[in-house]
Amino acid sequence: MDLSYSPDELAFQAEVRAFLAGELPQDIAEKVRLDTDLTKDDMERWHAILNNRGWLAQNWPKAFCGAEWSAVQRHIYDTEAADANAPRIVPFGLSMLGPVLQKFGSKEQQDHWLPRILDGTDWWCQGYSEPGAGSDLASLKTKAVRDGDHYIVNGQKTWTTLGQFANMIFCLVRTDPDVKQQEGISFLLIDMDTPGVEVRPIILLDGCHEVNEVWFTDVRVPVENLVGEENKGWTYAKYLLTHERTGLGGVGFSQAGLKTVKRIARAANHNGKPLIENPHFAARVAQVEIDLRAMATTNLRIISQAAAGEAPGLEASMLKVKGSIIRQEINDLARRAVGPYAMPFASEAVEGANDRIPDPLDAGPVAGQYFNNRKLSIFGGSNEIQRGIIAKVTMSGGA
Amino acid sequence: MDFNLTEERQMLQDTLRRYLREQYGTARRNEILASDTGFSADIWTELADLGILGALFAEDHGGFGGAGFDIAVVFEELGRAGVVEPVLDSALMGGRLLAAAGKTDLVELVIGGSLHLAVAHGEPDSRYDLDHVNTTVSDNKLTGRKAVVMNAEAADHLIVSAKNGGSIALYLVDKGAQGLDIQGYPLLAGGRAAEVTLDNTPGAPLGLTLADYEAANRLALIAQCAEALGAMETATALTKDYLMTRKQFGRPIGTFQALAHRMSDLLIELEQARSAVINAAGYADGKDADLHLSASKNLIGRIGRLVAEEAIQMHGGIAMTQEYELAHIAKRIVMADHRFGDTDYHLERFIALSAA
Repeated sequence: MDLSYSPDELAFQAEVRAFLAGELPQDIAEKVRLDTDLTKDDMERWHAILNNRGWLAQNWPKAFCGAEWSAVQRHIYDTEAADANAPRIVPFGLSMLGPVLQKFGSKEQQDHWLPRILDGTDWWCQGYSEPGAGSDLASLKTKAVRDGDHYIVNGQKTWTTLGQFANMIFCLVRTDPDVKQQEGISFLLIDMDTPGVEVRPIILLDGCHEVNEVWFTDVRVPVENLVGEENKGWTYAKYLLTHERTGLGGVGFSQAGLKTVKRIARAANHNGKPLIENPHFAARVAQVEIDLRAMATTNLRIISQAAAGEAPGLEASMLKVKGSIIRQEINDLARRAVGPYAMPFASEAVEGANDRIPDPLDAGPVAGQYFNNRKLSIFGGSNEIQRGIIAKVTMSGGA
Repeated sequence: MDFNLTEERQMLQDTLRRYLREQYGTARRNEILASDTGFSADIWTELADLGILGALFAEDHGGFGGAGFDIAVVFEELGRAGVVEPVLDSALMGGRLLAAAGKTDLVELVIGGSLHLAVAHGEPDSRYDLDHVNTTVSDNKLTGRKAVVMNAEAADHLIVSAKNGGSIALYLVDKGAQGLDIQGYPLLAGGRAAEVTLDNTPGAPLGLTLADYEAANRLALIAQCAEALGAMETATALTKDYLMTRKQFGRPIGTFQALAHRMSDLLIELEQARSAVINAAGYADGKDADLHLSASKNLIGRIGRLVAEEAIQMHGGIAMTQEYELAHIAKRIVMADHRFGDTDYHLERFIALSAA
């Protein structure tokens, strides 16, 4: 056992720190610090800076112009990036579609789509969930029927994150309705400018426009946009879901969130003293910090296994559950710390709202964030689904 | 012991519940939430006409109620429907302070629905402390800043606390008064508040002290607890319905034991919350009033968070959308913890009072 980084890893950490200090635009970092929504331009700007350095596709092999970082390197980057208030990398093209194309796509698809992810030509979104197919994803109904050189797609996807910015969507569609649910699904790439694609916003409970419904009415998709084989899409989708394993616990987010809580609690007055000195509040903060320290090590243990080539199984589910609980607890502490000033609606959705609320704690929309992050235990397989996986694996010997 | 409502209160509850069920659905409320004023003048007038505002005042002041249980009945129903109109701040707190000051003519206008009030007590760094007032007064002119003042923009008069020498006193400030600046903003859970600054602003002394404010604050605590209870009842009912209708894996999700047990826990905790509101309303006039009120507010804060979070979680994504009823209700429940002292504030106060 050795909990310290190797000299190479320490050198890498210093390199990441120097890069973030020199290259991360201050206006973007300030928005991240205050949990303000980033614009499309903000995200594209940051992607371009990372791409320029060769650090955008961190998990891609060098053969596809990726950084091919080890799991530990990615962990170091995630931690440093959160600490520096760098925005997260938009995952849909880079973490989700990219690895699927590299594993299952044709040479033509790889040559065409992968460079466009790196240089920002395409903004991808994910078409998985449907109104009737959430936790039970395999029950999806959007169907694609072959018609000559095209598929005709009809149906509806939902919870499409940042779909309003996207020009491309990768979709799970039903191509064979007559077989077992999982066996009739295909993985299709759809240009969102095709006639018949309609994006409708869903406004979340914190007032933000983050997710969308995407409707397909007789949308013609060229057959060359089928990834891999017809009716094998479920395999690719599962690969996608299990591929992106590091960062699941959101350790960096939690560490940054805890820093915010402490900053607010140092500034907030409680009976003439800083709130951070209040025993009840301090105990709550300490409790979650203790949990987080343990989880950070759990995270590293799992990453090390992955680095050694062992595929993490139920550990990933464990990290997702515990990580979401910890992050949500930190969001709860932040809103408590702010007190009455948590009540104003400070969303970017209301133009100029932030200017009208001279919150002396400069806390940002912490209550909105608290509500928004209830999603953490719902999306990507709810915590109930994850617990089901853990139970199934440990008590009946197979998922 | 009798845990039944009196006939009058039962009628009050029935009337208000029926009215809100018919007139205050999700669509109507979403219109109100999106409006510039943040509340509906029509709803306000109708609440007055139905006698809802009058139920918050004793007969001596032109009302026909005013006791803890009257307040609890009214606010439980307002909470059940997720009402955003400022009944608590404008009518209950503002009106009862004016009643305490003997301003019966103004109270009559409040009960009739034609006079709006705002209570400006908290300051940017006072958090939940009641005696932390830095606004000063000299020759009946007030100077200072008040934080997150509910209903300030719509108020005809503001009731403002200020430090007069060593003690805190309350003043009536007209909305057009010189040196009064009101910067309004919407609230996450509906309604509007404002940052209020006073610069040598004239105010009429009401003859009220911090003790009078504390008395009004006790009423507000009953109301806030009852409102959260009503909202929790809605959250629980919506969740129960959803568990019985939403199907995944070929069956209603409520048939999965993992969810069924959690639903049962919510129902158990909801009964705890109901009893806590009864304690708050029933003991609010006694010598241990503050102890009971802190106990209730702490419990409501804890259970409120549980109910809001579990209701959202068991619904899944749909509960995250603004247009679904639960989203608004969950926000009302959680944001109730940010008024009149949160869970931790009342835990500490309970510890201090029970040790005394």
